[in-house]
Amino acid sequence: MYQYDQYDQQMVDTRVEEFRDQVKRRLAGDLTEDQFKPLRLMNGLYLQLHAYMLRVAIPYGTLNGKQMRMLGHIARKYDRDYGHFTTRQNIQYNWIKLEEAPDLLADLASVEMHAIQTSGNCIRNISSDQFAGATADEIADPRPWAELLRQWSSFHPEFSYLPRKFKFAVIASDTDRAAMRLHDIGIQLVHNEAGELGAKFFVGGGMGRTPMIAPEIRGFVPADELISYAEACLRVYNRYGRRDNKYKARIKILVHELGKEEYTRQVEEEFAHMKELGLNPPVEELARITEFFADPAYNKQASDGLDLSDPDFALWVDQNTAAHKQSGYAIATISLKPRGGIPGDASSAQIDLMADLAEQYSFDELRVTHSQNIVLPYVKKSDLYALWQKLDEAGLAPANLDLITDSIACPGLDYCSLANARSIPLAQKISERFADLGRQRELGELKLKISGCINACGHHHAGHIGILGVDRKGTENHQLLLGGSGAEDASLAKITGPGFTEDGVIDAIETVTDLYLEQREDGERFIDTYRRVGMEKFKEAIYG
Amino acid sequence: MNIITGNDLKTGDVIWWTGLDWSRFVKDATDVGDQGEAILHREEAARRVNAPYIIAAEQTDDGPRPGHIKDRVRALGPTVRPDLTLKPADPDAGEWVI
Repeated sequence: MYQYDQYDQQMVDTRVEEFRDQVKRRLAGDLTEDQFKPLRLMNGLYLQLHAYMLRVAIPYGTLNGKQMRMLGHIARKYDRDYGHFTTRQNIQYNWIKLEEAPDLLADLASVEMHAIQTSGNCIRNISSDQFAGATADEIADPRPWAELLRQWSSFHPEFSYLPRKFKFAVIASDTDRAAMRLHDIGIQLVHNEAGELGAKFFVGGGMGRTPMIAPEIRGFVPADELISYAEACLRVYNRYGRRDNKYKARIKILVHELGKEEYTRQVEEEFAHMKELGLNPPVEELARITEFFADPAYNKQASDGLDLSDPDFALWVDQNTAAHKQSGYAIATISLKPRGGIPGDASSAQIDLMADLAEQYSFDELRVTHSQNIVLPYVKKSDLYALWQKLDEAGLAPANLDLITDSIACPGLDYCSLANARSIPLAQKISERFADLGRQRELGELKLKISGCINACGHHHAGHIGILGVDRKGTENHQLLLGGSGAEDASLAKITGPGFTEDGVIDAIETVTDLYLEQREDGERFIDTYRRVGMEKFKEAIYG
Repeated sequence: MNIITGNDLKTGDVIWWTGLDWSRFVKDATDVGDQGEAILHREEAARRVNAPYIIAAEQTDDGPRPGHIKDRVRALGPTVRPDLTLKPADPDAGEWVI
């Protein structure tokens, strides 16, 4: 994985000291909160419901054991012994003290990490496929491109004050594990007819109060012009994006209002201009970055054989491991969705353990997924049983990946000052209601996504089943949505009808899953049956 | 009744105006009547509180109960982590929020 050079390290270290001085001035009264707020937000420090919350960037969800262990250390030393992995492959801490934040950031910097650009109207953490570099179905490793975008977007002077926040995702396979088309810019690496590597650009996707699936605006951008094309996309947005209305300021609104064709025309015009400026990064720099993402030293003789005589292990292998590009290896996903647990939360001890296991079994590398789980990307199949036993002892071996209890949930009203309703208790109760693993597997792949407000951090629009929390005269109410997908078959979920109480929405979910089992045809997932049968039948079942 | 809440500038802790000082416990909050704006401006300027605001609350036998669920969650702590609330020994404390 990528390692900082002297410039990266210097930038991060300098920022830590700059922020230390800003905090000092704030505490001394030299800065008002109005003056200080944008400065702390630029360093990922929010004021949330109970305390300051720090969001730490994990570039494209990739980190090593040392970095993971530092996340555990921060949970212990500066927080309340846990962290929350987020839907943007980051981690958040909920109980940070302002006076300790500079020391925390210095600790992070010591392992090449930071919280820069995890807030504010700038280009946020670049997200990617958690299986990058390991999966057999990709045409190239997207991580070097994600890293190139990270470097380009870090402290980019032109794009530090965009009309609104801006999110990139980069993938390199036809299977979309990163909700790529629900980003401001989604990039899919592709080959053209000549076999050259390039990128397909999707611009103007997003969730929030106006969810949109990004349209494709260009089928092929030569790889060495990817940054210039991204810059052209941003320039048009920066020039014409709405700054007068926060709710209409995202690029999706601009693309929608201009129309895909007109937006694309302007981007192409800007791109032609960019090419004249010669702003593409030097080939040598991409080559330097790419070297960091070379394959680990696989044992080419590693066996594909697996002893599956332990039935619980066999279930975990079947559900939580994925095919690897290297024979004898597997991609293992650690589910952070234990029965009745809080999606995405991990204690410092669990974080430490995952760091240890990465070092021992996965060439010292981990990935955070947008589904709030952790991936060990390079596990020898012969090590899987020992790995599973250690995970199981620590409560980290739920065999529920992509099943109904592997839900995404935002922090909701338990932590977030924007939320209207609590999300986590719903995830917990659904996890209990559907605890039987046999029943979950019978239901098959079912993406359940829960948001506590219309900002959609829980991706409810992209859930096969989504839940949106609303405030109804001071009482929590939950709207049920059906039919969304954040995958390669991206679609936006629709609201079924009037909302429910907490128990009512869980009953409604049971009703729709029962209907699915009754209606499904061979091989159909929930989403397939929903699309074939249509909303009306589900509404009838729910509302009578 | 009207009460004032905010966050401790240094620690971020949720705090409530008692009439003389700030407390972690909503039961200590006092009715500020129509003096709220003046108090929060004064206290914010003194850097004893961050982002203070006035809320409506109901006086009960157990002390003030904020009118909105969001402020009741703030007063107690996350309902999904009873161990991290201000009443860690009471696993049913979350019921007060709802």
